[in-house]
Amino acid sequence: MKSLILSALLTLSATPVLACETFTLGDLTIDHAWSRATIGADRPGVFYVKITNTGSADDALIGIATPAAGMPMLHETVVTEGVASMPHAMSIPVPAGESVALAPGGYHGMLMGLTTALKEGDSFPVTLTFQNAGEVVVNVEVLSLRAEGPDCDDGN
Amino acid sequence: MRLTRLQKILWAAAGAATLAYGVLMVLPSRVPMETEAAFRPSFALPDAEGLQRTSQDFAGKHLLVFFGFTNCPDVCPTTLAEVAQVMDDLGDDAALVQPLFISIDPERDRRLGLAEFTEAFHPSIIGLAGDEAQTRAAADSFRIFYAREGDAAAPDGYTMSHSPALYLISPEGDWLRQFTYGTPAADILADLQPRL
Repeated sequence: MKSLILSALLTLSATPVLACETFTLGDLTIDHAWSRATIGADRPGVFYVKITNTGSADDALIGIATPAAGMPMLHETVVTEGVASMPHAMSIPVPAGESVALAPGGYHGMLMGLTTALKEGDSFPVTLTFQNAGEVVVNVEVLSLRAEGPDCDDGN
Repeated sequence: MRLTRLQKILWAAAGAATLAYGVLMVLPSRVPMETEAAFRPSFALPDAEGLQRTSQDFAGKHLLVFFGFTNCPDVCPTTLAEVAQVMDDLGDDAALVQPLFISIDPERDRRLGLAEFTEAFHPSIIGLAGDEAQTRAAADSFRIFYAREGDAAAPDGYTMSHSPALYLISPEGDWLRQFTYGTPAADILADLQPRL
């Protein structure tokens, strides 16, 4: 138990803040943009982010682009009858008044063809393209290989 | 009252039928349990250095077994991160638990580097990658599914679908339970600690 508390404290004290940065694009608020460190550049990286639509019109994330990877794509991890697969997501709905998270075990950006290994503490830009709102560039923080998400002060 | 020979036979038949009915009624609930208890997965697969490892080699330890592939950006790192956290939180009891990563994409994983992948999560995790037959045999033995899926947009033109759960094996080799994908490290730890 003691070690549990200790590790929890260490995790908190090592909290990076970049991934908690908030970006806005019209009615969309975008934060929790993070990625995991990779082992070398030969395996794909991952991109996670949270998008909140405070407006009254639905929107959708239809693409991502980044200088960090030659072939970034949107994917969704789907577990059907105990089997996980990873189909492409042509677009990720961001309904009016709702939040959508690209997070472990669900939607995620798969960064194929990394130009360089992603190291903890690094950051790189990702351009998000929305069906209606257009484009926005967010800074993505690279967290540790074992990270499950950024610890931001907003309780998420 | 004396029963005729025919009556005796009829009574015996009725008794046998009743007994058979009772057995059949009880069986459906008993069979799966007995099968579960007898379920003892096994494997024989080389580790990153090429040393052959079998399930018997790990007798006496609880095994945490995950089937995955190193090119997997989301599910596999998430689960191995949980396993790493569990191993850290076990403290001294970590010596009683052996985490195994069994590659379902062994050829590519060997090329990309199996040891550097598992070690990046936790030094205690042993990666195993055999040939197609060994891998299929191990998966069948654990009763899990995996398949290679052609995908022109994926690295090398394919990706893998697989059972993403984490399996717990007893020190005697019996299948104990699975932790479904996404089970937090704290929950795995809470289940594991009383068993050690």
